Amino acid sequence: MSDARAAKLVQVRDLKMHFPIHAGVLRTRVGEVKAVDGVSFDIYEGETLGLVGESGCGKSTCGRAVLRLYDLTSGSVRIDGTEIGDAGPQRLRRMRRVMQMVFQDPQASLNPRMTVAGIIGEPLVEHMKMSRKDRQERIYQLMDAVGLNRAFANRYPHEFSGGQRQRIGIARALALNPKFIICDEPIAALDVSIQAQVVNLLEDLQEEFGLTYLFISHDLSMVRHIADRVAVMYLGKIAELAPRDAIYAEPLHPYTQALLSAVPEPDPVLHDTQQRTVLKGDVPSPAKPPEGCNFCTRCPRVMDVCHRIDPEYREVAPGRYVACHLYNDAQTAEQTAAAMPA
Amino acid sequence: MLNYTIRRLLISIPTLLFISLAIFLLLELAPGDPMAQVPLTVPPEVKQAMREALGLGEPVHIRFWKWIVQFFWTEPLHLFDSWFGTAWAEGQQRVISWQTRSPVMEIVAQRMPQTLWVVGLSYIIGTLIALPIGIISAYRQYSIFDQIGTFVSMVGFSVPTFFTGVLLIVIFSVKLGWFPSIYDTTLVVNDWSSFVLQLKQMVMPVFVLALYNAAQISRFMRASMLDNLNQDYVRTARAKGLTERVVVLLHVLRNSMIPVVTVIALGVPTVFGGAIITEQVFKVNGLGQLLITAIQANDLPMVQSLTFIFAVLIVLFNLIADVLYGLLDPRIRYD
Repeated sequence: MSDARAAKLVQVRDLKMHFPIHAGVLRTRVGEVKAVDGVSFDIYEGETLGLVGESGCGKSTCGRAVLRLYDLTSGSVRIDGTEIGDAGPQRLRRMRRVMQMVFQDPQASLNPRMTVAGIIGEPLVEHMKMSRKDRQERIYQLMDAVGLNRAFANRYPHEFSGGQRQRIGIARALALNPKFIICDEPIAALDVSIQAQVVNLLEDLQEEFGLTYLFISHDLSMVRHIADRVAVMYLGKIAELAPRDAIYAEPLHPYTQALLSAVPEPDPVLHDTQQRTVLKGDVPSPAKPPEGCNFCTRCPRVMDVCHRIDPEYREVAPGRYVACHLYNDAQTAEQTAAAMPA
Repeated sequence: MLNYTIRRLLISIPTLLFISLAIFLLLELAPGDPMAQVPLTVPPEVKQAMREALGLGEPVHIRFWKWIVQFFWTEPLHLFDSWFGTAWAEGQQRVISWQTRSPVMEIVAQRMPQTLWVVGLSYIIGTLIALPIGIISAYRQYSIFDQIGTFVSMVGFSVPTFFTGVLLIVIFSVKLGWFPSIYDTTLVVNDWSSFVLQLKQMVMPVFVLALYNAAQISRFMRASMLDNLNQDYVRTARAKGLTERVVVLLHVLRNSMIPVVTVIALGVPTVFGGAIITEQVFKVNGLGQLLITAIQANDLPMVQSLTFIFAVLIVLFNLIADVLYGLLDPRIRYD
């Protein structure tokens, strides 16, 4: 688990990513999808921050926005001491050496007309002055690092299995020696048997190269395995962020509680006695989020205030952030803090 | 790939033989008499003798066989003779046009340059215009440029060439007098002024056809670019920190060209087929015009040979398109 002494590699403040909706004959702007609506978090050097949430809650958009693959609506993103929230294309291009991404779909995210060597080597051509021989050597190194046979260098992506393709994607992300890698559901498209391989590879690489990960996933048990801290997103906002053990042992936000209670219990005895919190209704449209708290339409512990005021996202205990009126009362906050294992 | 090409070439032989039979039988069934233009004062017996002199007295299968022998054996031999100065085809009967009584292939060779210059050039120009329009339209989808591009290609698509051709003649030849309305084949280009004259007479037919071709190809290009621009690998390319130029021109364009190249290749036979209507409007005496006059005069050997040549080109360029697809897309393997 990370401690406060480690440097903050990534600082995201009030990140907003809204997509305009055009409709009608003249395609006028009628509203916007608030995919990410005011998200703040830090990632410490060398740690893995897990970002979880159900489909459509804005996890992937958040990841892409942090890497500035979109033009932000507003907010600030500092990576390795450099503000990139408003950086122009040239500065952004230089920053790509520090920050990289592993994409969800290993089939679609690789250019079908490029060989493995071409895919892995292209960032080197673009960003480094390297002789052809050095580049070839570096490509082989990277292929070794992710466990790909060197003989595959001149093959095309379609000739590989899903797990191998994801290894190509990881090798490509590693090519420029980045410090920070966003893994956008890197295992969601893979077989269960391959998922463990890829996650273990990611962990080994983190140890070897001192990488920092933002690990986006909807697989709660996988996040528990790999993450040091976990952020839970709901409808474009972070509901709760806490160290892994704390959040799995004692979730604070009612949404986190519901989410964790939905994880299947392998022990049949415990399974039968398990108390599940089943949420009713659907996630509201991010184009028209409810007034007050985002979660007020489905929250099992909803109060009057939730329908009126959006709860503040604040630290209720050291390292534990939550956005919920249940903990806004000073007294409740103290009690929670006292109940926390130190 | 080589095996595949050879196999396809072998398969195309029976295909083409069947096509030639189909064309022959169709022309056989078509009404019309090659002696229809002969004055009524010529007695019927003489007309019958003239028909038999053209070989029309023989049964169908004999005539088909003779055409096959002439077209596939005698004509290539003549070509070989004329290239290397040998005399192997001496005295063998060639495919003769009933209109002019001269060998069909000689007339085709005379007409080919006009068609290739006018129609071929318009195809090249149309393609060269269409590709950048398609790329920019897709990259800036729904922009003003895209809207104008869409409008122009809809116009190019939907307005027939006989209308745009005549419209251009009325504006630029009749009103403004800039360009001649009739294409002069006898013009010999040997100095600057005759070259300018040649350019001037080519401008309008080339423009009419180029607009038509560009309209189609730019639509294909745009659609194909749009397909690829939203692909995940484009996001990967951006995440690699490539410049936008490299992302669009290297990653997206190379993948989008795969279907477009095959569409362009499939369009090439129509160039040789000549743009029948446009050639008529501007009086370009190319292959299209040759075919029309031959049909009107019931010149069966000419029609048969021309349509068969077109069929060969279509089969050939289909094969070329397939081979190109295999070369461009590593996911396609034929063997």
